[in-house]
Amino acid sequence: MKIIVAIKQVPDRDAQVRIDAAAKWIEESDIQFALNESDAYALEEALQLKEKHGGEVIVVSAGPERVGQTIREALAKGADRAIHVACDDLGTRDALGVARLLAAAVKPENPDLVLTGLQSEDLGLGQTGVILAELLGLPHATLILHIDVEGDAGSSAHIKVKRELEEGWFQEIEMPTPAVLTIQSGGNKLRYATLMGIKRAKLKEVRTLAASELGTDAAPVVILERLALPQKQKSTQILPGNAKEAAAALVEKLKFEVRVL
Amino acid sequence: MSGILVVQEAGRNRISFEALAAGRRLSELTGLPVETAAVGDPNAAVFVEPSGQPPAVAYAVKHPLLEKYTSDGYVLAFEQLIRKLEPSYIVFPHTYQSRDYVPRLATRFGQVLLSDIVAMEAGPTFVRQVFQGKMTGTYRPLSGGPCFVSIQAGAFPADQPVAGTTTILPFEPQIDAAQIRTTPGAPFRGSSQTVDLGSAQRIVSVGRGIKEAENLPLVQALATALGAEIAASRPICDNGWLPMERQVGSSGQTVAPKLYVAVGISGAIQHLVGIKGSQCIVAINKDPDAPIFEVADYGIVGDLFEVVPALTAAVKAAKA
Repeated sequence: MKIIVAIKQVPDRDAQVRIDAAAKWIEESDIQFALNESDAYALEEALQLKEKHGGEVIVVSAGPERVGQTIREALAKGADRAIHVACDDLGTRDALGVARLLAAAVKPENPDLVLTGLQSEDLGLGQTGVILAELLGLPHATLILHIDVEGDAGSSAHIKVKRELEEGWFQEIEMPTPAVLTIQSGGNKLRYATLMGIKRAKLKEVRTLAASELGTDAAPVVILERLALPQKQKSTQILPGNAKEAAAALVEKLKFEVRVL
Repeated sequence: MSGILVVQEAGRNRISFEALAAGRRLSELTGLPVETAAVGDPNAAVFVEPSGQPPAVAYAVKHPLLEKYTSDGYVLAFEQLIRKLEPSYIVFPHTYQSRDYVPRLATRFGQVLLSDIVAMEAGPTFVRQVFQGKMTGTYRPLSGGPCFVSIQAGAFPADQPVAGTTTILPFEPQIDAAQIRTTPGAPFRGSSQTVDLGSAQRIVSVGRGIKEAENLPLVQALATALGAEIAASRPICDNGWLPMERQVGSSGQTVAPKLYVAVGISGAIQHLVGIKGSQCIVAINKDPDAPIFEVADYGIVGDLFEVVPALTAAVKAAKA
Protein backbone atom coordinates (compact mmCIF):
# COMPACT_ATOMS: atom_id res chain seq x y z
CA MET A 1 0.00 0.00 0.00
CA LYS A 2 1.02 3.53 -0.67
CA ILE A 3 1.16 5.52 2.54
CA ILE A 4 1.79 9.22 2.86
CA VAL A 5 2.88 10.57 6.24
CA ALA A 6 2.49 14.30 6.82
CA ILE A 7 5.14 15.43 9.29
CA LYS A 8 5.91 18.76 10.93
CA GLN A 9 9.13 20.22 12.20
CA VAL A 10 8.62 21.93 15.55
CA PRO A 11 10.88 23.54 18.17
CA ASP A 12 12.67 20.87 20.16
CA ARG A 13 10.90 20.03 23.42
CA ASP A 14 13.79 21.34 25.50
CA ALA A 15 14.29 24.49 23.40
CA GLN A 16 14.03 27.73 25.35
CA VAL A 17 11.46 29.41 23.14
CA ARG A 18 11.25 33.20 23.42
CA ILE A 19 8.67 35.60 22.02
CA ASP A 20 9.99 37.78 19.18
CA ALA A 21 10.11 41.59 19.29
CA ALA A 22 6.79 42.00 17.47
CA ALA A 23 5.12 39.47 19.85
CA LYS A 24 3.78 37.68 16.76
CA TRP A 25 5.98 34.60 16.75
CA ILE A 26 8.99 33.08 18.50
CA GLU A 27 12.67 33.85 17.97
CA GLU A 28 13.66 31.06 15.64
CA SER A 29 17.31 31.92 15.15
CA ASP A 30 18.79 30.27 18.23
CA ILE A 31 16.68 27.16 18.79
CA GLN A 32 16.85 23.52 17.78
CA PHE A 33 14.05 21.93 15.79
CA ALA A 34 12.84 18.34 15.82
CA LEU A 35 10.22 16.02 14.38
CA ASN A 36 6.83 16.50 16.05
CA GLU A 37 6.35 13.58 18.42
CA SER A 38 2.97 12.24 17.30
CA ASP A 39 4.15 12.55 13.68
CA ALA A 40 7.06 10.29 14.63
CA TYR A 41 4.49 7.71 15.79
CA ALA A 42 2.57 8.17 12.51
CA LEU A 43 5.80 7.49 10.59
CA GLU A 44 6.50 4.42 12.73
CA GLU A 45 3.01 3.03 12.10
CA ALA A 46 3.47 3.60 8.34
CA LEU A 47 6.85 1.85 8.31
CA GLN A 48 5.42 -1.14 10.21
CA LEU A 49 2.48 -1.38 7.77
CA LYS A 50 4.92 -1.36 4.86
CA GLU A 51 7.00 -4.10 6.46
CA LYS A 52 3.88 -6.20 6.85
CA HIS A 53 2.06 -5.49 3.59
CA GLY A 54 4.67 -4.05 1.23
CA GLY A 55 4.30 -0.78 -0.63
CA GLU A 56 5.79 2.65 -0.27
CA VAL A 57 6.06 5.29 2.47
CA ILE A 58 6.28 8.90 1.35
CA VAL A 59 6.75 11.76 3.80
CA VAL A 60 5.43 15.23 3.08
CA SER A 61 6.28 18.31 5.08
CA ALA A 62 5.62 22.03 4.66
CA GLY A 63 7.96 24.74 5.86
CA PRO A 64 11.18 26.61 5.19
CA GLU A 65 14.53 25.16 4.18
CA ARG A 66 15.37 23.90 7.70
CA VAL A 67 12.53 21.36 7.35
CA GLY A 68 14.86 19.44 5.00
CA GLN A 69 16.77 18.15 8.02
CA THR A 70 13.65 16.59 9.59
CA ILE A 71 12.73 15.09 6.20
CA ARG A 72 16.19 13.45 6.00
CA GLU A 73 15.65 11.97 9.47
CA ALA A 74 12.38 10.41 8.30
CA LEU A 75 14.11 9.02 5.21
CA ALA A 76 16.89 7.65 7.42
CA LYS A 77 14.30 5.82 9.52
CA GLY A 78 12.99 4.13 6.40
CA ALA A 79 10.62 6.34 4.37
CA ASP A 80 11.18 5.77 0.64
CA ARG A 81 10.95 9.33 -0.65
CA ALA A 82 9.75 12.77 0.34
CA ILE A 83 7.93 15.86 -0.81
CA HIS A 84 8.99 19.18 0.69
CA VAL A 85 6.42 21.93 0.27
CA ALA A 86 8.69 24.95 0.50
CA CYS A 87 7.12 27.95 2.16
CA ASP A 88 8.46 30.61 4.51
CA ASP A 89 5.07 31.86 5.71
CA LEU A 90 3.86 28.82 7.66
CA GLY A 91 3.36 30.95 10.78
CA THR A 92 0.87 33.28 9.11
CA ARG A 93 -1.14 30.55 7.41
CA ASP A 94 -4.00 29.11 9.42
CA ALA A 95 -4.65 25.36 9.67
CA LEU A 96 -6.83 25.45 6.55
CA GLY A 97 -4.09 27.22 4.57
CA VAL A 98 -1.49 24.63 5.61
CA ALA A 99 -3.83 21.72 4.92
CA ARG A 100 -4.55 23.13 1.45
CA LEU A 101 -0.82 23.07 0.66
CA LEU A 102 -0.51 19.49 1.90
CA ALA A 103 -3.66 18.40 0.04
CA ALA A 104 -2.36 19.84 -3.23
CA ALA A 105 0.92 17.94 -2.76
CA VAL A 106 -0.75 14.67 -1.67
CA LYS A 107 -3.61 14.44 -4.16
CA PRO A 108 -1.62 13.55 -7.33
CA GLU A 109 -0.02 10.65 -5.43
CA ASN A 110 -3.37 8.85 -4.93
CA PRO A 111 -2.29 7.21 -1.65
CA ASP A 112 -4.15 4.36 0.07
CA LEU A 113 -3.55 5.91 3.48
CA VAL A 114 -2.57 9.33 4.73
CA LEU A 115 -1.24 9.38 8.29
CA THR A 116 -0.25 12.30 10.48
CA GLY A 117 0.19 13.02 14.17
CA LEU A 118 -2.88 14.07 16.10
CA GLN A 119 -1.48 17.49 16.92
CA SER A 120 1.65 19.59 16.72
CA GLU A 121 3.75 20.46 19.72
CA ASP A 122 4.05 24.13 18.74
CA LEU A 123 0.55 25.40 17.98
CA GLY A 124 -1.36 22.28 19.00
CA LEU A 125 -4.36 23.08 16.82
CA GLY A 126 -4.97 19.35 16.27
CA GLN A 127 -6.78 19.78 12.97
CA THR A 128 -4.47 19.43 10.00
CA GLY A 129 -5.19 15.73 9.40
CA VAL A 130 -8.96 16.12 9.70
CA ILE A 131 -9.03 19.14 7.36
CA LEU A 132 -6.81 17.24 4.93
CA ALA A 133 -9.37 14.41 4.89
CA GLU A 134 -12.16 16.84 4.02
CA LEU A 135 -10.11 18.53 1.30
CA LEU A 136 -9.23 15.14 -0.22
CA GLY A 137 -12.83 13.90 0.14
CA LEU A 138 -11.70 10.90 2.22
CA PRO A 139 -13.08 9.36 5.41
CA HIS A 140 -10.99 9.86 8.54
CA ALA A 141 -10.52 8.73 12.11
CA THR A 142 -8.56 10.48 14.86
CA LEU A 143 -6.48 9.46 17.90
CA ILE A 144 -5.54 6.14 16.36
CA LEU A 145 -3.18 3.78 18.19
CA HIS A 146 -3.17 0.82 15.84
CA ILE A 147 -4.09 -0.04 12.24
CA ASP A 148 -5.02 -3.48 10.92
CA VAL A 149 -5.33 -3.96 7.17
CA GLU A 150 -7.96 -6.50 6.26
CA GLY A 151 -8.50 -8.09 2.86
CA ASP A 152 -5.77 -7.74 0.26
CA ALA A 153 -3.70 -4.60 0.58
CA GLY A 154 -4.78 -3.34 -2.84
CA SER A 155 -7.48 -0.94 -3.90
CA SER A 156 -10.27 -2.81 -2.11
CA ALA A 157 -8.47 -2.84 1.25
CA HIS A 158 -10.40 -2.25 4.34
CA ILE A 159 -8.94 -1.19 7.66
CA LYS A 160 -9.80 -1.69 11.28
CA VAL A 161 -8.31 0.93 13.59
CA LYS A 162 -8.08 1.25 17.36
CA ARG A 163 -9.14 4.69 18.52
CA GLU A 164 -8.41 6.15 21.94
CA LEU A 165 -11.35 7.64 23.79
CA GLU A 166 -11.22 9.61 27.02
CA GLU A 167 -10.42 8.21 30.47
CA GLY A 168 -9.01 4.84 29.49
CA TRP A 169 -11.67 3.81 26.95
CA PHE A 170 -11.06 2.69 23.37
CA GLN A 171 -13.09 1.72 20.35
CA GLU A 172 -12.51 -0.02 17.04
CA ILE A 173 -13.60 1.59 13.80
CA GLU A 174 -13.84 -0.12 10.44
CA MET A 175 -13.46 1.93 7.32
CA PRO A 176 -12.58 1.63 3.63
CA THR A 177 -9.38 2.96 2.09
CA PRO A 178 -8.23 5.41 0.97
CA ALA A 179 -8.54 7.14 4.33
CA VAL A 180 -6.83 9.70 6.54
CA LEU A 181 -5.85 8.78 10.11
CA THR A 182 -4.39 10.96 12.84
CA ILE A 183 -2.09 8.99 15.10
CA GLN A 184 -1.87 9.19 18.88
CA SER A 185 1.53 8.69 20.50
CA GLY A 186 2.34 5.47 22.33
CA GLY A 187 0.77 2.95 19.94
CA ASN A 188 4.11 1.44 19.08
CA LYS A 189 7.80 1.76 19.83
CA LEU A 190 9.73 4.34 17.85
CA ARG A 191 12.78 3.16 15.93
CA TYR A 192 16.06 4.97 15.65
CA ALA A 193 17.75 5.61 12.34
CA THR A 194 20.60 3.19 11.71
CA LEU A 195 23.95 4.27 10.30
CA MET A 196 23.04 2.47 7.09
CA GLY A 197 19.68 4.23 7.05
CA ILE A 198 21.37 7.61 7.39
CA LYS A 199 23.69 6.77 4.48
CA ARG A 200 20.85 5.59 2.28
CA ALA A 201 18.72 8.64 3.08
CA LYS A 202 21.21 10.82 1.24
CA LEU A 203 20.39 9.03 -2.01
CA LYS A 204 16.61 9.10 -1.63
CA GLU A 205 14.42 11.45 -3.65
CA VAL A 206 13.23 14.69 -2.04
CA ARG A 207 11.01 16.61 -4.41
CA THR A 208 10.59 20.27 -3.57
CA LEU A 209 7.36 21.99 -4.50
CA ALA A 210 7.11 25.74 -4.08
CA ALA A 211 3.96 26.75 -2.21
CA SER A 212 3.31 29.33 -4.94
CA GLU A 213 3.21 26.55 -7.59
CA LEU A 214 0.47 24.66 -5.77
CA GLY A 215 -2.11 27.34 -6.53
CA THR A 216 -3.78 27.27 -3.14
CA ASP A 217 -5.39 30.13 -1.31
CA ALA A 218 -3.06 31.55 1.34
CA ALA A 219 -5.45 34.14 2.79
CA PRO A 220 -6.09 33.16 6.41
CA VAL A 221 -9.51 33.29 8.05
CA VAL A 222 -7.96 33.71 11.50
CA ILE A 223 -4.65 35.26 12.53
CA LEU A 224 -2.44 34.72 15.52
CA GLU A 225 -2.37 38.32 16.63
CA ARG A 226 -0.19 38.23 19.73
CA LEU A 227 1.94 35.87 21.79
CA ALA A 228 2.31 36.43 25.52
CA LEU A 229 3.67 34.67 28.56
CA PRO A 230 0.90 32.95 30.49
CA GLN A 231 -0.51 34.53 33.61
CA LYS A 232 0.15 32.53 36.72
CA GLN A 233 -2.93 30.77 38.03
CA LYS A 234 -1.47 30.45 41.51
CA SER A 235 1.24 32.29 43.37
CA THR A 236 3.92 29.65 43.49
CA GLN A 237 6.34 29.72 46.38
CA ILE A 238 9.71 28.82 44.95
CA LEU A 239 11.81 27.28 47.69
CA PRO A 240 15.36 28.60 47.40
CA GLY A 241 18.72 27.12 48.24
CA ASN A 242 20.57 24.01 47.22
CA ALA A 243 18.80 20.66 46.88
CA LYS A 244 19.13 19.83 50.58
CA GLU A 245 17.95 23.24 51.79
CA ALA A 246 15.02 23.35 49.37
CA ALA A 247 13.99 19.80 50.33
CA ALA A 248 14.09 20.70 54.03
CA ALA A 249 12.03 23.84 53.44
CA LEU A 250 9.48 21.86 51.45
CA VAL A 251 9.12 19.24 54.18
CA GLU A 252 8.44 22.06 56.69
CA LYS A 253 5.66 23.36 54.41
CA LEU A 254 4.17 19.90 53.90
CA LYS A 255 4.23 19.25 57.62
CA PHE A 256 2.95 22.53 59.04
CA GLU A 257 1.02 24.28 56.25
CA VAL A 258 -0.32 21.55 53.97
CA ARG A 259 -0.40 19.05 56.86
CA VAL A 260 0.09 15.96 54.77
CA LEU A 261 3.04 14.55 56.68
CA MET B 1 -30.35 33.91 13.67
CA SER B 2 -27.25 36.00 13.91
CA GLY B 3 -26.30 34.59 17.25
CA ILE B 4 -24.24 32.13 19.19
CA LEU B 5 -24.95 28.42 18.89
CA VAL B 6 -23.56 26.25 21.69
CA VAL B 7 -23.28 22.58 20.74
CA GLN B 8 -23.47 20.36 23.80
CA GLU B 9 -22.37 16.76 24.05
CA ALA B 10 -24.61 14.19 25.70
CA GLY B 11 -22.79 12.30 28.43
CA ARG B 12 -20.25 15.10 28.80
CA ASN B 13 -22.53 17.33 30.83
CA ARG B 14 -20.02 19.28 32.87
CA ILE B 15 -17.92 20.55 29.97
CA SER B 16 -21.12 21.03 27.95
CA PHE B 17 -22.43 23.42 30.61
CA GLU B 18 -19.06 25.14 30.58
CA ALA B 19 -19.50 25.58 26.82
CA LEU B 20 -22.82 27.26 27.63
CA ALA B 21 -21.03 29.53 30.11
CA ALA B 22 -18.53 30.35 27.35
CA GLY B 23 -21.45 31.10 25.06
CA ARG B 24 -22.77 33.59 27.62
CA ARG B 25 -19.33 35.18 27.89
CA LEU B 26 -19.31 35.57 24.11
CA SER B 27 -22.80 37.02 24.33
CA GLU B 28 -21.53 39.71 26.75
CA LEU B 29 -18.79 40.59 24.26
CA THR B 30 -20.98 40.64 21.16
CA GLY B 31 -24.51 41.35 22.35
CA LEU B 32 -25.72 38.30 20.42
CA PRO B 33 -28.26 35.81 21.80
CA VAL B 34 -27.33 32.23 22.76
CA GLU B 35 -29.05 29.09 21.56
CA THR B 36 -27.98 25.53 22.10
CA ALA B 37 -28.10 22.20 20.31
CA ALA B 38 -27.15 18.62 20.99
CA VAL B 39 -27.60 15.26 19.37
CA GLY B 40 -30.07 13.15 21.24
CA ASP B 41 -33.48 12.72 22.69
CA PRO B 42 -35.13 16.03 23.68
CA ASN B 43 -35.49 14.62 27.20
CA ALA B 44 -31.80 13.81 27.52
CA ALA B 45 -29.99 15.10 30.58
CA VAL B 46 -27.93 17.53 28.58
CA PHE B 47 -31.15 19.44 27.79
CA VAL B 48 -32.84 19.01 31.12
CA GLU B 49 -29.98 19.69 33.51
CA PRO B 50 -28.97 23.07 32.12
CA SER B 51 -32.36 24.27 33.33
CA GLY B 52 -30.21 25.93 35.99
CA GLN B 53 -28.71 28.12 33.31
CA PRO B 54 -30.79 27.80 30.19
CA PRO B 55 -30.66 29.43 26.78
CA ALA B 56 -34.06 30.34 25.33
CA VAL B 57 -33.97 27.69 22.60
CA ALA B 58 -32.40 24.24 22.44
CA TYR B 59 -32.34 22.12 19.28
CA ALA B 60 -32.57 18.39 19.81
CA VAL B 61 -30.81 16.97 16.76
CA LYS B 62 -32.28 13.56 16.11
CA HIS B 63 -31.79 10.91 13.45
CA PRO B 64 -31.45 7.10 13.64
CA LEU B 65 -28.05 7.36 11.92
CA LEU B 66 -26.77 9.61 14.74
CA GLU B 67 -27.34 7.07 17.49
CA LYS B 68 -23.72 5.98 17.24
CA TYR B 69 -21.23 8.77 16.85
CA THR B 70 -19.56 9.01 13.44
CA SER B 71 -17.72 12.04 12.12
CA ASP B 72 -19.55 11.79 8.79
CA GLY B 73 -22.96 11.74 10.47
CA TYR B 74 -22.22 14.63 12.82
CA VAL B 75 -20.67 16.77 10.09
CA LEU B 76 -23.77 16.30 7.91
CA ALA B 77 -26.19 17.00 10.77
CA PHE B 78 -24.49 20.13 12.05
CA GLU B 79 -23.76 21.45 8.57
CA GLN B 80 -27.51 21.44 7.96
CA LEU B 81 -28.34 22.98 11.33
CA ILE B 82 -25.77 25.75 10.85
CA ARG B 83 -26.99 26.52 7.33
CA LYS B 84 -30.54 26.77 8.71
CA LEU B 85 -29.72 28.94 11.73
CA GLU B 86 -26.80 30.92 10.27
CA PRO B 87 -25.16 31.62 13.64
CA SER B 88 -22.18 33.98 13.79
CA TYR B 89 -20.40 31.84 16.39
CA ILE B 90 -20.56 28.16 17.19
CA VAL B 91 -19.12 27.05 20.54
CA PHE B 92 -18.19 23.41 21.31
CA PRO B 93 -16.71 21.69 24.36
CA HIS B 94 -13.14 20.63 23.48
CA THR B 95 -13.54 16.85 23.72
CA TYR B 96 -12.18 13.90 21.78
CA GLN B 97 -15.48 13.89 19.90
CA SER B 98 -15.45 17.54 18.86
CA ARG B 99 -11.77 17.28 17.91
CA ASP B 100 -12.79 14.44 15.60
CA TYR B 101 -15.49 16.16 13.54
CA VAL B 102 -15.52 19.94 14.06
CA PRO B 103 -12.37 20.71 11.99
CA ARG B 104 -14.06 18.89 9.09
CA LEU B 105 -17.33 20.76 9.69
CA ALA B 106 -15.51 24.12 9.78
CA THR B 107 -13.76 23.30 6.50
CA ARG B 108 -17.18 22.97 4.83
CA PHE B 109 -17.70 26.65 5.67
CA GLY B 110 -14.18 27.69 4.61
CA GLN B 111 -13.35 28.23 8.29
CA VAL B 112 -11.00 26.79 10.90
CA LEU B 113 -11.74 25.77 14.46
CA LEU B 114 -10.25 27.95 17.18
CA SER B 115 -9.56 24.97 19.39
CA ASP B 116 -9.08 24.59 23.14
CA ILE B 117 -9.85 28.23 23.97
CA VAL B 118 -9.14 29.35 27.55
CA ALA B 119 -10.40 32.96 27.40
CA MET B 120 -12.28 35.45 25.25
CA GLU B 121 -11.55 39.16 25.06
CA ALA B 122 -13.12 42.25 23.49
CA GLY B 123 -13.15 42.11 19.70
CA PRO B 124 -13.90 39.32 20.22
CA THR B 125 -10.51 37.66 20.25
CA PHE B 126 -9.80 34.15 21.49
CA VAL B 127 -6.94 33.04 23.70
CA ARG B 128 -5.40 29.57 23.57
CA GLN B 129 -2.26 27.97 24.93
CA VAL B 130 0.58 27.41 22.48
CA PHE B 131 4.08 25.93 22.61
CA GLN B 132 3.05 23.29 25.16
CA GLY B 133 1.56 25.88 27.50
CA LYS B 134 4.74 27.96 27.63
CA MET B 135 2.87 30.85 25.99
CA THR B 136 -0.62 32.02 25.16
CA GLY B 137 -1.69 33.08 21.69
CA THR B 138 -4.48 35.56 20.97
CA TYR B 139 -6.36 34.80 17.77
CA ARG B 140 -8.60 37.11 15.78
CA PRO B 141 -11.13 35.84 13.24
CA LEU B 142 -10.81 37.85 10.02
CA SER B 143 -13.69 36.68 7.88
CA GLY B 144 -17.40 37.14 8.22
CA GLY B 145 -17.76 33.73 9.80
CA PRO B 146 -19.31 31.61 11.02
CA CYS B 147 -16.60 31.38 13.66
CA PHE B 148 -15.99 27.92 15.20
CA VAL B 149 -14.65 27.79 18.76
CA SER B 150 -14.02 24.92 21.19
CA ILE B 151 -13.39 25.59 24.87
CA GLN B 152 -11.00 23.91 27.28
CA ALA B 153 -12.42 21.99 30.25
CA GLY B 154 -12.41 24.16 33.37
CA ALA B 155 -11.76 27.46 31.57
CA PHE B 156 -15.33 28.77 31.79
CA PRO B 157 -16.79 27.71 35.15
CA ALA B 158 -20.47 26.84 34.98
CA ASP B 159 -21.39 27.15 38.63
CA GLN B 160 -23.55 30.28 38.51
CA PRO B 161 -27.20 29.39 37.85
CA VAL B 162 -29.12 31.70 35.55
CA ALA B 163 -32.91 31.80 35.72
CA GLY B 164 -35.14 31.18 32.73
CA THR B 165 -36.82 28.48 30.70
CA THR B 166 -35.83 26.65 27.55
CA THR B 167 -37.97 25.74 24.57
CA ILE B 168 -36.75 22.49 23.04
CA LEU B 169 -37.21 22.24 19.28
CA PRO B 170 -36.59 19.04 17.35
CA PHE B 171 -34.27 19.18 14.35
CA GLU B 172 -34.13 16.21 12.00
CA PRO B 173 -31.29 16.42 9.48
CA GLN B 174 -31.34 14.52 6.20
CA ILE B 175 -28.71 11.79 6.25
CA ASP B 176 -28.37 8.81 3.97
CA ALA B 177 -26.73 5.64 5.28
CA ALA B 178 -24.38 5.61 2.27
CA GLN B 179 -22.93 8.94 3.40
CA ILE B 180 -21.51 7.37 6.56
CA ARG B 181 -18.26 5.69 5.61
CA THR B 182 -17.03 4.44 8.97
CA THR B 183 -18.44 1.69 11.19
CA PRO B 184 -17.73 2.39 14.86
CA GLY B 185 -17.49 -0.42 17.40
CA ALA B 186 -18.70 -0.21 20.99
CA PRO B 187 -16.32 1.51 23.43
CA PHE B 188 -14.28 -0.84 25.60
CA ARG B 189 -11.92 -0.47 28.55
CA GLY B 190 -8.23 -0.99 28.06
CA SER B 191 -6.33 -3.12 30.52
CA SER B 192 -8.34 -3.91 33.61
CA GLN B 193 -7.80 -0.92 35.80
CA THR B 194 -6.38 -2.04 39.13
CA VAL B 195 -4.98 1.30 40.19
CA ASP B 196 -7.49 3.96 41.14
CA LEU B 197 -5.42 7.12 41.16
CA GLY B 198 -8.63 9.16 41.36
CA SER B 199 -9.06 8.35 45.04
CA ALA B 200 -5.35 8.48 46.00
CA GLN B 201 -4.58 11.05 48.69
CA ARG B 202 -0.92 11.44 47.77
CA ILE B 203 0.62 11.05 44.35
CA VAL B 204 4.20 11.34 43.16
CA SER B 205 4.17 11.72 39.40
CA VAL B 206 7.13 11.47 37.07
CA GLY B 207 7.76 12.93 33.61
CA ARG B 208 10.34 13.06 30.86
CA GLY B 209 12.89 14.69 33.16
CA ILE B 210 13.67 11.25 34.60
CA LYS B 211 15.44 10.51 31.28
CA GLU B 212 15.79 6.70 31.64
CA ALA B 213 13.60 3.88 32.97
CA GLU B 214 16.60 2.88 35.12
CA ASN B 215 16.17 6.11 37.12
CA LEU B 216 12.60 5.37 38.19
CA PRO B 217 13.54 3.80 41.58
CA LEU B 218 14.64 7.28 42.65
CA VAL B 219 11.06 8.51 42.31
CA GLN B 220 9.59 5.28 43.67
CA ALA B 221 11.65 5.80 46.83
CA LEU B 222 10.13 9.26 47.30
CA ALA B 223 6.64 7.86 46.74
CA THR B 224 7.26 5.14 49.32
CA ALA B 225 8.57 7.66 51.85
CA LEU B 226 5.48 9.83 51.37
CA GLY B 227 3.10 6.84 51.34
CA ALA B 228 2.07 7.95 47.85
CA GLU B 229 0.98 6.23 44.66
CA ILE B 230 3.38 6.58 41.76
CA ALA B 231 1.99 8.04 38.54
CA ALA B 232 3.37 9.51 35.33
CA SER B 233 2.81 11.83 32.42
CA ARG B 234 1.99 10.37 29.04
CA PRO B 235 5.51 10.02 27.54
CA ILE B 236 6.62 7.74 30.40
CA CYS B 237 3.71 5.38 29.75
CA ASP B 238 4.13 5.66 25.96
CA ASN B 239 7.67 4.37 26.46
CA GLY B 240 6.35 1.49 28.53
CA TRP B 241 8.33 2.56 31.61
CA LEU B 242 5.17 2.51 33.72
CA PRO B 243 1.84 0.87 32.85
CA MET B 244 -0.77 3.00 31.05
CA GLU B 245 -3.07 2.77 34.08
CA ARG B 246 -0.65 5.02 35.98
CA GLN B 247 -0.98 7.82 33.47
CA VAL B 248 -2.42 11.14 34.66
CA GLY B 249 -3.94 13.63 32.22
CA SER B 250 -6.66 14.03 29.62
CA SER B 251 -5.97 10.62 28.10
CA GLY B 252 -5.34 8.96 31.47
CA GLN B 253 -6.80 9.41 34.92
CA THR B 254 -8.05 12.60 36.51
CA VAL B 255 -6.77 12.97 40.05
CA ALA B 256 -7.65 15.09 43.08
CA PRO B 257 -5.18 14.20 45.85
CA LYS B 258 -4.24 16.28 48.88
CA LEU B 259 -0.66 16.28 47.61
CA TYR B 260 0.57 15.99 44.02
CA VAL B 261 4.32 16.02 43.51
CA ALA B 262 5.32 16.52 39.86
CA VAL B 263 8.88 15.38 39.24
CA GLY B 264 10.46 16.35 35.93
CA ILE B 265 7.07 17.13 34.40
CA SER B 266 7.00 20.29 32.27
CA GLY B 267 3.22 20.59 32.49
CA ALA B 268 1.74 20.25 29.02
CA ILE B 269 -1.93 21.20 28.85
CA GLN B 270 -3.00 17.56 28.55
CA HIS B 271 -1.32 16.80 31.85
CA LEU B 272 -2.51 19.89 33.72
CA VAL B 273 -6.19 19.24 33.02
CA GLY B 274 -5.81 15.94 34.89
CA ILE B 275 -4.39 17.49 38.09
CA LYS B 276 -6.51 20.62 38.47
CA GLY B 277 -8.40 19.16 41.43
CA SER B 278 -5.25 18.63 43.52
CA GLN B 279 -5.22 20.53 46.82
CA CYS B 280 -1.47 21.08 46.86
CA ILE B 281 0.83 20.78 43.85
CA VAL B 282 4.59 20.58 44.28
CA ALA B 283 6.76 20.91 41.17
CA ILE B 284 10.39 19.87 40.86
CA ASN B 285 11.88 20.91 37.54
CA LYS B 286 15.16 22.26 36.22
CA ASP B 287 13.42 24.75 33.89
CA PRO B 288 12.13 27.79 35.85
CA ASP B 289 9.84 28.63 32.90
CA ALA B 290 8.17 25.21 32.80
CA PRO B 291 4.35 25.64 32.72
CA ILE B 292 4.03 23.31 35.73
CA PHE B 293 5.19 26.24 37.90
CA GLU B 294 2.10 28.21 36.84
CA VAL B 295 -0.16 25.81 38.70
CA ALA B 296 2.18 24.71 41.50
CA ASP B 297 1.80 25.83 45.11
CA TYR B 298 5.43 25.05 45.89
CA GLY B 299 8.29 24.78 43.48
CA ILE B 300 11.88 23.66 43.57
CA VAL B 301 13.92 24.74 40.58
CA GLY B 302 16.77 22.28 40.31
CA ASP B 303 18.16 18.99 39.12
CA LEU B 304 15.72 16.27 40.12
CA PHE B 305 18.61 13.83 40.51
CA GLU B 306 19.81 15.95 43.44
CA VAL B 307 16.47 17.25 44.73
CA VAL B 308 14.52 13.97 44.85
CA PRO B 309 17.01 12.00 46.99
CA ALA B 310 17.36 15.00 49.31
CA LEU B 311 13.59 15.24 49.61
CA THR B 312 13.24 11.49 50.24
CA ALA B 313 15.79 11.75 53.04
CA ALA B 314 14.09 14.84 54.53
CA VAL B 315 10.66 13.17 54.45
CA LYS B 316 12.04 10.06 56.14
CA ALA B 317 13.73 12.19 58.79
CA ALA B 318 10.53 14.16 59.45
CA LYS B 319 8.52 10.97 59.86
CA ALA B 320 11.09 9.28 62.07
